Amino acid sequence: MAQHIVSRRIYYQVFVTLLVFTLLTVGIAFIDLGGYLNTIVALTIAVGKALLVILFFMHVQDSSRLTWVCVGAGFFWLALLLSFTMSDYLTRSWVAVTGW
Amino acid sequence: MPTALRRCTLSERHAALAHHFDDLAQQSEASHLGMWVFLLTEIMFFGGMFTGYAVYRSLYAVAFAEGSHHLDVVLGSINTVVLISSSLTMVLAVHAAQVGQRQLLVGFLLLTMLLGLVFLGLKTVEYVHKFADHLVPGSGFLYEGPHARQVQLFFSFYFGMTGMHALHMIIGIGLLTVLVWLAWHDRFSPTYYTPVETVGLYWHFVDIVWIFLFPLLYLIGRH
Repeated sequence: MAQHIVSRRIYYQVFVTLLVFTLLTVGIAFIDLGGYLNTIVALTIAVGKALLVILFFMHVQDSSRLTWVCVGAGFFWLALLLSFTMSDYLTRSWVAVTGW
Repeated sequence: MPTALRRCTLSERHAALAHHFDDLAQQSEASHLGMWVFLLTEIMFFGGMFTGYAVYRSLYAVAFAEGSHHLDVVLGSINTVVLISSSLTMVLAVHAAQVGQRQLLVGFLLLTMLLGLVFLGLKTVEYVHKFADHLVPGSGFLYEGPHARQVQLFFSFYFGMTGMHALHMIIGIGLLTVLVWLAWHDRFSPTYYTPVETVGLYWHFVDIVWIFLFPLLYLIGRH
């Protein structure tokens, strides 16, 4: 149980970073970056925020290797779900098929 | 004084230690892992909805942007800040438990609950507006324009995903209520605060879901 106690200063720093990222994501949404760039930037910021929460607020940063494997597996499977599904839908227009 | 006495006598075998664990460290590790395994099922649960969203947004990009313009960016942004703040108070509650400050622990848990309730309150205001504007999918859905059916699909995702998220918040507030009761009755100490940490994991996970929902639902095609 004697877990490493993280200084409260780190929590405040993470909190401020999360607020800055939120402001950034709202601000950038109103600027036209062209093409899919807006979505890519918004998702990159969201992934950054999620990583901060996972590593610092959820203490994964100083958790056991088993926890790391567990968390990694979860997001790996999510990546599989998204990439396999979208590799189908996004490439359907490459081939002309009647009825689609 | 009686509390101090009780802690002394229990130091050999902690009251919270279940018989099938060697020590509190092993028990805590098992609890952590158990919560993470549950959160993996949650990742796949929300992941299914996010994948469905990705498929239909790629098919009806214009209609999804149109639907997104009917959402309130200001309320959405405020709610994002509220939820991030609740994650901070949650992690400060865990910290208070670690250093054995009971009053701070109860205070931060109550503050986390309060912020959760503020989030749900603002969500309710948004839902009421959507009902008034006939934007709720179903027979009451009224929308003019060439993309009416696809916009309705967007709102199905909006209500499905934010509704599921709100349900998780309600469950989280229920769990926090139990924690407040336990903390109030001095059931946690620097050697045992596993429930505070595991509920914390759940609360932060629900925060992460919103971190993705916010840009994907509220911020499409705003420029």
